Amino acid sequence: MKRLWLWIPLGLFALFCGLAAYQLTQPKDEFVRSTMIGESLPQFDLRPAYASLPGAATADFTDGKPKLLNIWASWCIPCISEAPHLERLKASGAEIVGVAIRDRPEDVARFLANYGNPYSRIGADDLSEVQLAIGSSGVPETFVIDGTGKITYQHIGDVRAGDVPLLLEKLQEAGQ
Amino acid sequence: MIRLLLATLLATLLAAGMAVPALAQYRLPPAPYAYQQLENPAAEAEAQALMETLRCLKCQSQSIADSDAPMAGDMRHQVRTRIAAGEEPEAIRAWLVARYGDYVSYAPTVSETTWPLFAIPFLLILVAGILLWRRIGRKEGDAA
Repeated sequence: MKRLWLWIPLGLFALFCGLAAYQLTQPKDEFVRSTMIGESLPQFDLRPAYASLPGAATADFTDGKPKLLNIWASWCIPCISEAPHLERLKASGAEIVGVAIRDRPEDVARFLANYGNPYSRIGADDLSEVQLAIGSSGVPETFVIDGTGKITYQHIGDVRAGDVPLLLEKLQEAGQ
Repeated sequence: MIRLLLATLLATLLAAGMAVPALAQYRLPPAPYAYQQLENPAAEAEAQALMETLRCLKCQSQSIADSDAPMAGDMRHQVRTRIAAGEEPEAIRAWLVARYGDYVSYAPTVSETTWPLFAIPFLLILVAGILLWRRIGRKEGDAA
């Protein structure tokens, strides 16, 4: 009986090693999710990032219609691959407000000329202030904002073809 | 040989071309207080201490004080301007934790998920103490 007791620490140690080995083989989730879901959009009022479109402010999100808030940048490579899917979201009736991070107007204009413009407004966030205030940790990220200015969903990374129906569904949910 | 050289040259050019858009995030000058210390040394020391315990979200194993990522620079600007405006460092940390969760802070806190880390060492010391006490107690008993 006493012999059996002696094996317990070794057993625990083996269990610990097994757990560590298992965790090492699992892919690491590097996403830092925003903890602002369910909270109100922070206060901001950004100047236009692009001459032909208005800037973006918190007040634009309280007109009763749910919208997408797309955090992006002309220097962001995945933003190029998400551009056609944002177009599809727009074609399906989604209104997309852009926030361009650390961007110059000429770079924004060049990006929109090359890859299309799905935005109704684009605000320029030169100091990543809105990005920090909303809990976004990179570009691109897409938030669903309901008609009262409450954040209801966060999509991290580029929007891919499979994400389009999900985002439309989240928009519809936000409108109910 | 020449073919190999050409291929290397082409690959280098391609790599350089790919890097251009990503580098464009550096086209805007860094935020005013990204690399500029506060004039008041006491406030700067406070800001520095806080920045060393905040995680850079782009390069997640570095603090924002260590990172040259533009986003870390923008976070340092945010920290320094808030400290200069008289905000308490812990209030700024709380503001960030409210947005990114505990992960953004390197300062250990006792919370719902972290309490075992603090409890287990005490438990182990307690168990070791009990074992030791029993063993020593038994030996003294044997001697008597």
